[in-house]
Amino acid sequence: MSDPAAVAFSEVFFTHGGHAPQIRNCSFQVPEGSITAILGPNGAGKTTLLHLILGWLQPAAGRISLFGTALRDFTARQRGTTQSLLPQKEPTGFEYTVLEYVLLGRAPHLKPLAAPGERDIRIATNALSQTTILPLEYQSISRLSGGETQLLLLARSLAQEPKLLLLDEPMNHLDLKHRRGILELLLGWRTAGKTAVLTTHDPEIAALLADHLILIFPGGRMTGGAFTDLFTPEYLSELYGLPIRTFHRDGRFFIDY
Amino acid sequence: MPRVLLSILLGMTLATSGAVFQLIFSNPLVEPGFLGVTQGAAFGAVAAILLFGGSLPAIQLSAALCGILGLGLAYLLARKIRFGGWILRLILSGLAVSALFTAGIGIFKYAADPLTQLPEITFWLLGGLSHISWGELLWVFPIACSGLALLLLFRWRVNLLTLSDETAFALGTSPQRVRLVLIVASTLSVAAVISVSGIVLWLGLIVPHLARRIFGADARYSLPGSLLIGGGFGLVCDTLARMLLPGEIPLGILSSLLGAILFSIILTRKGFRQ
Repeated sequence: MSDPAAVAFSEVFFTHGGHAPQIRNCSFQVPEGSITAILGPNGAGKTTLLHLILGWLQPAAGRISLFGTALRDFTARQRGTTQSLLPQKEPTGFEYTVLEYVLLGRAPHLKPLAAPGERDIRIATNALSQTTILPLEYQSISRLSGGETQLLLLARSLAQEPKLLLLDEPMNHLDLKHRRGILELLLGWRTAGKTAVLTTHDPEIAALLADHLILIFPGGRMTGGAFTDLFTPEYLSELYGLPIRTFHRDGRFFIDY
Repeated sequence: MPRVLLSILLGMTLATSGAVFQLIFSNPLVEPGFLGVTQGAAFGAVAAILLFGGSLPAIQLSAALCGILGLGLAYLLARKIRFGGWILRLILSGLAVSALFTAGIGIFKYAADPLTQLPEITFWLLGGLSHISWGELLWVFPIACSGLALLLLFRWRVNLLTLSDETAFALGTSPQRVRLVLIVASTLSVAAVISVSGIVLWLGLIVPHLARRIFGADARYSLPGSLLIGGGFGLVCDTLARMLLPGEIPLGILSSLLGAILFSIILTRKGFRQ
């Protein structure tokens, strides 16, 4: 193997406070420059896995490394400049403007007592125009629609300039147009040679953009690999506990259940 | 003169700590005393009046110590509560500790001599700066100012704590640690000023709202804004307390009165924003 993987798990165990291990003996690799979908039914532990990659949760045993460096050797600042998180839900209690909010993404690049400067504003504005919400720059974030809020969170992630984007159910509750927007952004992200890991409970979303999959079966078993190897009726039927068929048409995969 | 300076410092400290607390707890209804500090300090003062005969230094020292004790108790209790997120646990334990100290104050009031001690207790609980000398200012000033300076230095990073903890962590901070440092800094400053002023409520709740309306939500501007408005508000309240009647109106009453009126006006005005 020449290049170290963007994310590598090796025999990782994880337990939620005293219960049976939720994740047992988990090993997989996410190649750099790929879009990897963590796929599984509700409650299987997709967000837990994402938080392990983030370092927010710590494994009980095993080794996690990012770009060839053990995660526990990262400083807080290195962590923040390597990866960013698009959370599933983000409470927004105060009336920040869109620009102020996206500027928070610059935090890991700034000295502890510094505030964002001109260069940071340029990067944030750029992230806003990539996510098509630059016209809302001075609006209050509490007045955005659900789709716009998702684009706002994505803009903050982009302003962070990470090598690895972590996205928790990025397509949830979005209409087709906003899904399309996020899809195109992520495909462009991959074209630029960067890496994204997203969770989803929906195989059709995985089929739309992923080239690698990590399947989480009920009970905590996991399998990782190339999309075409794992997106099969056998695996999907086992994953969701019901018969699923897959179709291949016009270079895309579809499912029927 | 020391009185004027202290009234400004009092307003600044309560308002800035209030703004920081509201951001940290992502809750615009929080005020700096809610983690058991205010009631703890009141308990300390009342205990000193009763047990040590009410010499000023004893009252102030005891109020400051018990205010910090209140924070410590609330913090320890929050660590022991077995459900809910960290913020919910802090709020719950703050409520419990405050109630505990309030009960203690009640017992002391009941046991106090109604002719000599009870008036003094009541007067302290209502708050006021009439007895301030340079001596008090000299020891309150460094504590409150270093606390405030720390809060102001961190003013942009405070914004990160309004996000969920995972997100703040993903942005390369340690949310729990930063939160603890800011809570301790603001609580120490608050304990220092109210140990000499007595209980002054509302100021720390209302001024941050005003500041956010004028300067926007970004703590980079709303924190210094709270500091300025708070200082002005403290000065105006204390001056009115001295001038309005031939005698002296307790500061706590006046700040509650003005605060409540202002608060109602702001909340009912059209286009109210947090």
